[in-house]
Amino acid sequence: MEITNALSIATPELIVVIGAMALLMVGAYGGDKARPAVSLLAGLVLIGAAVASATGPLGEAFLGAFINDQLAVFAKVAIYLASAVAVLLGHGWMQRNNQARFEYPILILLAAAGMSMMVSAGDLISMYVGIELQSLALYVMAAFNRDDAKGSEAGLKYFVLGALSSGLLLYGASLIYGFAGSMRFEDIAAAAAGAQGTSLIFGLVFLLCGLGFKISAAPFHMWTPDVYEGAPTPAVAFFAAAPKLAAMVLIARTLGEGFEVIADQWRQVILALAVLSFLVGAFGGLMQKNIKRLLAYSSIANMGYALLAIAVGSAVGVKAMLVFMVLYMIDVTGFFAALMALSRGGRPIERIEDLAGLKADRPGTAIVLTFLSLSVLGMPPFSGFWAKVFVFGAAIQGGLWVFAALGLVASVVAAFYYLRIIKLIWFDASPGATDPAPRDAQWVAYAAAAFSFPLVLLALGPLDGLAAAARLIGLG
Amino acid sequence: MPEIPAILSVVTFLPLLGVAAILLSRTMAKSADAPGLANRTRWIALITTLATLAVSVILVMQFDPTNPDYQFVEYVPWFAGAAYHMGVDGISILFVLLTAFLMPLCIAASWKPITNRVVEYMIAFLVLETLVIGVFTALDLFLFYIFFEGGLVPMFLIIGIWGGANRVYAAYKFFLYTLLGSVLMLAAMLYMAATAGTSSIPELTAHGFDPAVQTVLWLAFFASFAVKMPMWPVHTWLPDAHVQAPTAGSVILAGILLKLGGYGFLRFNLPMFPQASELFTPLVFTLSVIAVIYTSLVAFRQTDIKKLIAYSSVAHMGFVTMGIFAGNETGVQGAIYQMLSHGLISGALFLCVGVVYDRMHTREISFYGGLTQPMPRYAAIFLLFTMANVGLPGTSGFVGEILTMTGTYQVSTWAAFGAATGVILSAVYALTLYRRVMFGQITNPQLNGIADVTRLEIAIFTPLIIGTLWLGVYPAAVFDITQASVGQLVAAYQSAIGG
Repeated sequence: MEITNALSIATPELIVVIGAMALLMVGAYGGDKARPAVSLLAGLVLIGAAVASATGPLGEAFLGAFINDQLAVFAKVAIYLASAVAVLLGHGWMQRNNQARFEYPILILLAAAGMSMMVSAGDLISMYVGIELQSLALYVMAAFNRDDAKGSEAGLKYFVLGALSSGLLLYGASLIYGFAGSMRFEDIAAAAAGAQGTSLIFGLVFLLCGLGFKISAAPFHMWTPDVYEGAPTPAVAFFAAAPKLAAMVLIARTLGEGFEVIADQWRQVILALAVLSFLVGAFGGLMQKNIKRLLAYSSIANMGYALLAIAVGSAVGVKAMLVFMVLYMIDVTGFFAALMALSRGGRPIERIEDLAGLKADRPGTAIVLTFLSLSVLGMPPFSGFWAKVFVFGAAIQGGLWVFAALGLVASVVAAFYYLRIIKLIWFDASPGATDPAPRDAQWVAYAAAAFSFPLVLLALGPLDGLAAAARLIGLG
Repeated sequence: MPEIPAILSVVTFLPLLGVAAILLSRTMAKSADAPGLANRTRWIALITTLATLAVSVILVMQFDPTNPDYQFVEYVPWFAGAAYHMGVDGISILFVLLTAFLMPLCIAASWKPITNRVVEYMIAFLVLETLVIGVFTALDLFLFYIFFEGGLVPMFLIIGIWGGANRVYAAYKFFLYTLLGSVLMLAAMLYMAATAGTSSIPELTAHGFDPAVQTVLWLAFFASFAVKMPMWPVHTWLPDAHVQAPTAGSVILAGILLKLGGYGFLRFNLPMFPQASELFTPLVFTLSVIAVIYTSLVAFRQTDIKKLIAYSSVAHMGFVTMGIFAGNETGVQGAIYQMLSHGLISGALFLCVGVVYDRMHTREISFYGGLTQPMPRYAAIFLLFTMANVGLPGTSGFVGEILTMTGTYQVSTWAAFGAATGVILSAVYALTLYRRVMFGQITNPQLNGIADVTRLEIAIFTPLIIGTLWLGVYPAAVFDITQASVGQLVAAYQSAIGG
């Protein structure tokens, strides 16, 4: 049966979506009492979906609109697990800051469903549906603290600019459709191989602008610092990780499967985005005072590195991007978790200066933040170094060594602001004691730091193998 | 002689065992300033470094000096072609020994002056020891890079936490300067691993890169090692770092970290990119001669004792780069010798500065004068190392300088001539320093009653004195070990450039 086959391929998504609907009912009827149960069940649903996608069948469904290949499975497992961590972090934070509502984990579930749609998208329609499902959930999460002016501003800004970028994306998609006469990536690839056309390239550029917004690549990054600053920290921890991976995989798949023939054209666009991103990220972060804004610039720079890997346009590049993104996700989640574990006088730490003298007060968190800063900086032997080795290795292998050298130099500029964190923690005097740490965030931070070193040394081999298996079929 | 299995891993990672012990004792103590914790930490660090020294002595004794290849090789495949690959040859083994030799002295020299955050201080030093020894024992590109680059972090903390008034600036400058050089080297390493399909240093040495590519790769490695060395004009981080670092930090910086640059040249630039090395030899010679003359003149004008010695380090490293790129056996042997000897001498000189700094808390030359009267033993020690720094025959400094100059003379008369003037200039600044600090009458009343060197300080200086003099009169101790490997290196280089 066609339909049962299709549904079995989409089992993980079905688990997430049905889980979200059911939990919505639980929350609506259970009220405040049901909140812990909703969070717990949401986490279980996500873990179940991760297991289902790791063990489920591969194949195409719904007339090629939905592709479940190794690449999608790799990304989905990562996305579901990252979302489960986000549920955990969000639950504790919202409880402590009196913002708890049962909708929060459900929004994460919906976003996760959107993301897994994105990584499985086989045509322009499912791509758009996935992006919108994910984005709408994220807009709400950004403005989740609705009494807070900055939070509302963040949500509104994110929504308006997100809508604009969706418009660009749709316009690009319609041009591509006009050229190819089909929405499916396969047909687009066939049409592009038959005839070169300006409208195809034109459409692709618009498409990439829209996608560039989603991954906060420069010059479409302006929303990022404001949203990171205004949105609740657990929501930002979520934004910074899984959605970026989903969008990266989507870009890699779209370009690799739909537009491989015109790789020379899109490579220029991607390279421009990559170089601008890591330069803007490196220089923009230098003057920041708010730590979340700093991390926003850090994420812009890191998206630049991931794009550089995609620009290589080969299986090696995609593999490097996947390894990079997974290692980066762990680092950045740990970073935000460590921040969530820090507060002074009941107020979360916001300014970078507030980290001063942390080593005396909270040696554990001080070491965690030091490890993660060094990791994102790219200092061996931490995980961020290996992430960079993969990306720059792929770029150099692909002949993009000038851009790789540029990226490495940008990473030295960015090193300054990570060093500043370390300097504040270890060199300076503390302005006062911090509050006792919440256990959930604390342990996520510890786990991430332990992964960044030394566990990463054991994980690199398997990760390399999994990412290599997840390569795109279309690419050589 | 006990056979130690995986001796290179033992000597590299033994200091980490000390870190574990320190952490354990810190955990068992109730608070960071529990009584006895600081002393216990110091003892653990000292015992660990002494044990590392013992293992490295065993390593040297078991080393077969007639075999030019890598020995004690350990190989465990890792992922994607990278491997845990260790080994030492005649070039690297003595640097392992030098590191293990200087570390206990550093710990002892920090015994009294460092009273603040002793636990973290000792951990930083032990981690640094592991990383530095690792640089000399690693035979895999990525492993090398991990150790090479990782050393920045503990040094950043050592300068930044326990340094002088302007320590933060110096720490940043040290870190970012070195990092910029290193990332270019990383790019080159990634290229090499991708084209040669291996990251093993011995295999890459045999690979033979295309001469056109060699130029770029050479420059990338040069960027990293020249900063580390440091060569003129990228030396400006060094005086700042030295002046701000605590005494033991300066000793490690001058004694060992600077040698990583020279070692890198010998391990990568010369054997892997011979054609490019030949092409760039005039550049290296020019920079080296400028370094020798210019920084000697700059040293002459310094008012801070430590800064003066820091500039003199730059000048002495000029001899090393010259000797290496002379590309003949005399020059390379001389360069290795000069590095080892400078490790002892500059370390000792910084310790000398530390002695008066701990007493007076200033390093201004004008503050001092006439110290021979209250501190006769100190004056004698300082004199010995000043003379060694100048290159007096009978001290180790002489052998290194004469050999590098002889080696250079065979390639470029002018470079050797320039370097020789540097020897005179070094006598000028070093003797002037000695005269102003030591001779004459005491004019500064604060210096009345300054105490001579303590027994602990004498105990620290004694091994350095013995080492300096022994190497000065019996250089064969080093050459016997380095000869075979250097001979092979030079022969390969000469045949590659068709000389």
